Amino acid sequence: MDVPVPGQLVLPIGQHVGDPAQPIVGIGEYVLKGQLIAEVHGTLGAPVHASSSGKVVSIEPWPVARRFGEPAPCIVIECDGKDRPVELAEIAPAFDELPPDVLLQKILHGGIVGLGGAVFPTAQKLMQATTCDLDYLLLNGVECEPYISCDDVLMRERAAEVLGGAQILMHALSIDQCYIVVESDKPEALHRLAEVMAELDDERLVLKLVPTIYPSGGEDQLVQLVTNLEVPSAGLPTDIGCLVQNVGTAAAIYDWIHDQEPLISRVTTITGNGVAAPMNVRARIGTTVADVVNFVGGYTEHASQLIMGGPMTGKSVNTDRVPLVKATNCVLIMSETPSPGPEIACIRCGECAAVCPVQLLPQQLFWYACADDEKSLRSYGLTDCIECGCCDLVCPSHIPLTADFRKAKGRIRELADEKARAVRARQRFEARNERLERDKRQREQELARQKKHAKAAGPAAIAEILKRKQQQKEDED
Amino acid sequence: MWLAVFTIAAIALIAGLGLSFAARKLPSRPGELTEQVNELLPQTQCAQCGYPGCRPYAQAIVAGEAPINLCPPGGDETVRRLATLLGRDVVALAQVAPAGHSVAFIEESLCIGCTHCRNACPVDAIVGAHQLMHTILQSECTGCELCIAPCPVDCISMRSVS
Repeated sequence: MDVPVPGQLVLPIGQHVGDPAQPIVGIGEYVLKGQLIAEVHGTLGAPVHASSSGKVVSIEPWPVARRFGEPAPCIVIECDGKDRPVELAEIAPAFDELPPDVLLQKILHGGIVGLGGAVFPTAQKLMQATTCDLDYLLLNGVECEPYISCDDVLMRERAAEVLGGAQILMHALSIDQCYIVVESDKPEALHRLAEVMAELDDERLVLKLVPTIYPSGGEDQLVQLVTNLEVPSAGLPTDIGCLVQNVGTAAAIYDWIHDQEPLISRVTTITGNGVAAPMNVRARIGTTVADVVNFVGGYTEHASQLIMGGPMTGKSVNTDRVPLVKATNCVLIMSETPSPGPEIACIRCGECAAVCPVQLLPQQLFWYACADDEKSLRSYGLTDCIECGCCDLVCPSHIPLTADFRKAKGRIRELADEKARAVRARQRFEARNERLERDKRQREQELARQKKHAKAAGPAAIAEILKRKQQQKEDED
Repeated sequence: MWLAVFTIAAIALIAGLGLSFAARKLPSRPGELTEQVNELLPQTQCAQCGYPGCRPYAQAIVAGEAPINLCPPGGDETVRRLATLLGRDVVALAQVAPAGHSVAFIEESLCIGCTHCRNACPVDAIVGAHQLMHTILQSECTGCELCIAPCPVDCISMRSVS
């Protein structure tokens, strides 16, 4: 189902990991659908495009789904309803005619970011991947988080675009083998993908079925599941020759390279017992949650909390004015979840370690987080935690482990910064001491040299110097 | 069975005696501990502890001449870490530590270019030449406040950095 273009689109300039994009339009300017309205700023970022035609009415802070809930700068467009697109180039060159680096540059301009939820700028991820030896492309159609089914629907209805995107990626990165990985709870999607693969007849594409377990969709977990190779701690899948891309990202790449449509819309799951008719919709980026919920039939009496994202990794927001952004794979509206109970002491049961997909020891990490022991937190692998929430779920003492680990991650970054500052200060101090020593030694040497010179020259020379000094003094007086 | 008990007990006794001998008689490198203590200090080089820099204070701690609670920029955190490293008791700080991190700031319109502050800075965070305006490199300033006293026109103040 396509949500119609709303009256107003709110486009945050920071919809991706990295620096927010820099707006290049002014207030009052008329923009077309697909027009570039904010360009890449800094070394890591992605551009933002207008999702429909209309007039830019303001560039102002607007509530968005963010960790601490503070408003973020957004470009607000009042749509004129005509949905006029930018003029497309006459003939888009076929992707396999373009050399790989040109293709990667092109992907950068499409505003494509990871649509699995991480929103890492895709072009930069691919450029980094070109420095490694790649064996496999893994297309992530696992979608393991409960409630979310937007990728399922995408694979059912746009399998050709997904696989087309895979072919483009394989050409851009010179990879010969692609695994499209889907969980066993999506039989229709598997069927449709298999049909399209038979039509394409590309033997590099292989469909892979995996069991339905959360969080198999995490990048590192997926690589291990499919190839049986473990991504090294603090490393990336490209370190062991695998590149992972979400199926939505692949389809977005296809839309951009093949049809010249930048990332201006995405499939989102609107669900929960708080909406009258839960469903998957395709909505323009920037549509507010209020407009989308209106379209699907409004709220029910159970609507009590609004979560952007899934039940495990989503962020709770307190207003439906927040816009749908590139990261929004799900909008979950449901009744108040009953509080699990007060937090009590850890009973060392070990359930958390049993469920951790990264094989960490949450029990120990919790202990060290309470003790603020940065060294132990690092050595026990806190930075590898993917914040999946599994340990939280199983803890019989209701300890908010995931939240504690998020705080601890921030703390060790802070401590690392302090440490770096102290090291720099110490180096400068030692360098300064050396400099003073050197200056002193030079002065002493110079003095000794002069003395020797004077002595060698003899008493007549000394008398000459004294007379000159006397003359100088008389001239000054 | 008694042979087994006797054997294990004998091994334990020999290992214990060996360890105790090693702990007392084998030489330890004195510089190593000083280095470890120095690593835990904040390197502000402010001399508030009474020693001309962090390394001299570290040396004094290791020699047993100085208590571990003399460093205000380090705060209670550093006292705790030193206590853990050296096996000493945690004590309250001798001086109250200022909250937050602050850096020095020169009011440039008042600066006369005397270079006194530049020479006083232990980490060379002040840039300036004789009779030319001085300025502070905020990224390098440790907040030690050693530059404030030498300034003859009182143009340096501390500003907190969030």
